[in-house]
Amino acid sequence: MSGKKTEKIVKAGLYVVVISILGWAYFSGAFQFIIDNPKDLLYLTGQHLKLVGISAALAIATAIPLGILITRPKFKKLDWIVLNFANIGQTVPSLAILALVMSYFGLGWQTAIFALWFNSLLPILRNTVAGIENVNPQIIDAGKGMGMTSKQIFFKLELPNALYAIMAGIRTSVVINVGTGALAFLIGGGGLGDLIFTGISLYDTGIMLSGAVPVILLAVLLDVLLGKLEKIIVPRGLQRTLEAA
Amino acid sequence: MIEFQNVTKIYESGDKKVTAVNNINFHVEPGEICVFLGPSGCGKTTLLRMVNRLIPITSGSIEVEGKNINSMDIIKLRRSIGYVIQHNGLFPNMTIEDNINVVPKMLGWDQNRMKNRYSELMEMMGLDPGQFQKRYPYELSGGQQQRIGIARALAADPPVMLMDEPFGALDPVIRDRLQNEFLRIQKEMKKTILFVSHDIDEAIKLGDKVAIFDTGKLMQIGTPDEILSNPKNDFVRDFVGDDRALKRLTLLKVRDLMVLSDRFRKSRLNSEWHGQVISVNENLKTALSQLLSAPNGEICVVDDHNKKLGVLCVSDFNLFTEVHPKDISIVR
Amino acid sequence: MEILEFVQANWPEILEMTLEHIELVGLAVGIAIITGVPFGIYISQKESLASLVLAVAGIIMTIPSIALFGIMIPIFSLINQGIGFLPAIVALILYSQLPIIRNTYIAIKNVDPNVRDAAIGMGMTTFQRLLKVELPLAFPVIMAGVRTAIVLTIGIGAIAAYIGAGGLGGYIARGISTSYAVMIQVGAISVSILAISIDVLLGKLQKRFSSV
Ligand SMILES: Nc1ncnc2c1ncn2[C@@H]1O[C@H](COP(=O)(O)OP(=O)(O)OP(=O)(O)O)[C@@H](O)[C@H]1O
Ligand SMILES: [Mg+2]
Repeated sequence: MSGKKTEKIVKAGLYVVVISILGWAYFSGAFQFIIDNPKDLLYLTGQHLKLVGISAALAIATAIPLGILITRPKFKKLDWIVLNFANIGQTVPSLAILALVMSYFGLGWQTAIFALWFNSLLPILRNTVAGIENVNPQIIDAGKGMGMTSKQIFFKLELPNALYAIMAGIRTSVVINVGTGALAFLIGGGGLGDLIFTGISLYDTGIMLSGAVPVILLAVLLDVLLGKLEKIIVPRGLQRTLEAA
Repeated sequence: MIEFQNVTKIYESGDKKVTAVNNINFHVEPGEICVFLGPSGCGKTTLLRMVNRLIPITSGSIEVEGKNINSMDIIKLRRSIGYVIQHNGLFPNMTIEDNINVVPKMLGWDQNRMKNRYSELMEMMGLDPGQFQKRYPYELSGGQQQRIGIARALAADPPVMLMDEPFGALDPVIRDRLQNEFLRIQKEMKKTILFVSHDIDEAIKLGDKVAIFDTGKLMQIGTPDEILSNPKNDFVRDFVGDDRALKRLTLLKVRDLMVLSDRFRKSRLNSEWHGQVISVNENLKTALSQLLSAPNGEICVVDDHNKKLGVLCVSDFNLFTEVHPKDISIVR
Repeated sequence: MEILEFVQANWPEILEMTLEHIELVGLAVGIAIITGVPFGIYISQKESLASLVLAVAGIIMTIPSIALFGIMIPIFSLINQGIGFLPAIVALILYSQLPIIRNTYIAIKNVDPNVRDAAIGMGMTTFQRLLKVELPLAFPVIMAGVRTAIVLTIGIGAIAAYIGAGGLGGYIARGISTSYAVMIQVGAISVSILAISIDVLLGKLQKRFSSV
């Protein structure tokens, strides 16, 4: 089949591109900088991970409970407001959020965490709400009819069935956060953005790439890891149905 | 026993009021299947869901096993009533075994008892317990899923079952098969069952009683035979259709016709019968169909041991309208 | 109030930057539509290619924008265009491709198979079927992809200021480097307003088309 052939060609092309970029990065001295300054890289990567980790953890800890809260019947009326706010919030460019937060709170590590927290809050919140609200109402009806208490309905039906969407929200949010984390350098948060922006302003490809490449690897790696985690956490009965959707 | 007394449901959405169920009175005996029948929107589902209090009653009362449902603990009430819905409502996040064990688990059964019950139910449904245990609902066919839905409702052996078009989403062949299995199971279980359907054929086949509704009002309740032979009003007559006499044929057996007369001419039986043969336990619709295609307009009726009992011809069906349920039950 | 004063004093420049921003986004998304839609259609007819392309596009999306910009610089400096409009636009095109390709693909795949069958039964060629049946039915979903792409690109376009692409990100960059809070705020707010208003506008447009 010609489809298989094209696929092979495209795949091969892709490898060539990736390898040539790496090769070219090597010859342009990108890895020289890393080799010369392994401690810098390690330190900045650690800082980057801390930024991303803390802000993501805070975002998860706030967004999921908030999402659950506004899907409860008592607060159902609020969900319209919160979702609209989340929709608009997600349209605001992340650089604008970082810059605005910084213009009010000044440069610093806490400012960066706060801005990143806000930035990663919305995808999780939106997915939590959507995930819970999209649980097939017939399932809830069956559960009620079988005599489940509202607590049982939440923990045994709503939450497990929304888990796929919630995990997807976390994954999106964390991956975006790695990238936004590179901007955190601008507002005093440190991280791998340090090397990227320094490289750009010095016209030094080596320094720039020694920041950019780890950031890319970090994003891809976290994406893959969270994908694996998703497979473990999300009930198996849900994985097939949702893949098809 | 389930008793409906002046049951009324009025939905209020905004300033509009919809009377979905209008002053309904009837009761269902223990061990009976009562089919709620009627056109879309006539209030069948509403009435059914009031029994396990998924929908609150506006006025009137419902008693299950002699107790007013409103005086019972809502969770306990629901756990004591099996509930099956059209698209089975299986929980996609749970395995088949977990799905079936939902209510037993909530009732605090021990592991062994649940395991045994699971196997028992699966065998009853004609499914291999081992093969399906760790599978998830999406890995089952529609018919299998529906069987699990029924098994799940039966799990804690509730005396009462509510079923809202449980076979509605299945194709006719599968539906027919599941209906037969359902009847077979019910013969042993003797549950009191409320069964929603909008298919007259299904109602005749499954119902001990059929209740016909129109826009929230009970039009007629009775045995399938009563409904078909004596429709109370124009609505029921229209609803059961012009072919109600033909439908009634499926309710009666050749033997039911035979008891009425001696006209099954033994005399015409010669020892060498070359024409078609029919069992005395076959229903009259099949018999008529065979008669219509029999070359000489006659078929031979035989009993379970293939002993020839007599000859049946089309004119014997003149007696058909005189066959009544009571006669039948006496003879049986 | 300082913000208002700043806007009053600098509105011609703000306007110019806004237009620059729109130009950047418009050009990038325009090219992305011209290339992405046909590509999405193509892979919807070639299943074996689709999963691969979507996976690659997914990986590109996980690449942080500033890192992608960073990579563009040395590549384009090979042709003496290291900093400025060209690397920025190429990166933006890459980013806006994904939502467009993916939505086109999904939309065409999701066309009711009965409708497709009917079209085949009526004797339409593959091309006629695409043009007369599948594309019109897929249009709302493709529109949604374009909307996502535009909003995304407005945001990433702001970051492009750091590699000299111009646009509203310029205020943010300059404001941050000179610690000029009001300038930062004006830049951030105006790029946000741009994104939100275009999103709302496209949302309205989308509703109108999908209701047909
Ligand atoms: N939650 C509700 N609010 C307002 N009106 C309702 C509600 N639920 C049902 N109704 C109305 O009550 C009437 C009866 O509805 P019900 O669902 O009981 O019908 P049904 O006989 O089960 O119909 P079907 O065969 O289509 O399932 C309908 O007119 C319906 O529109
Ligand atoms: Mg109904």
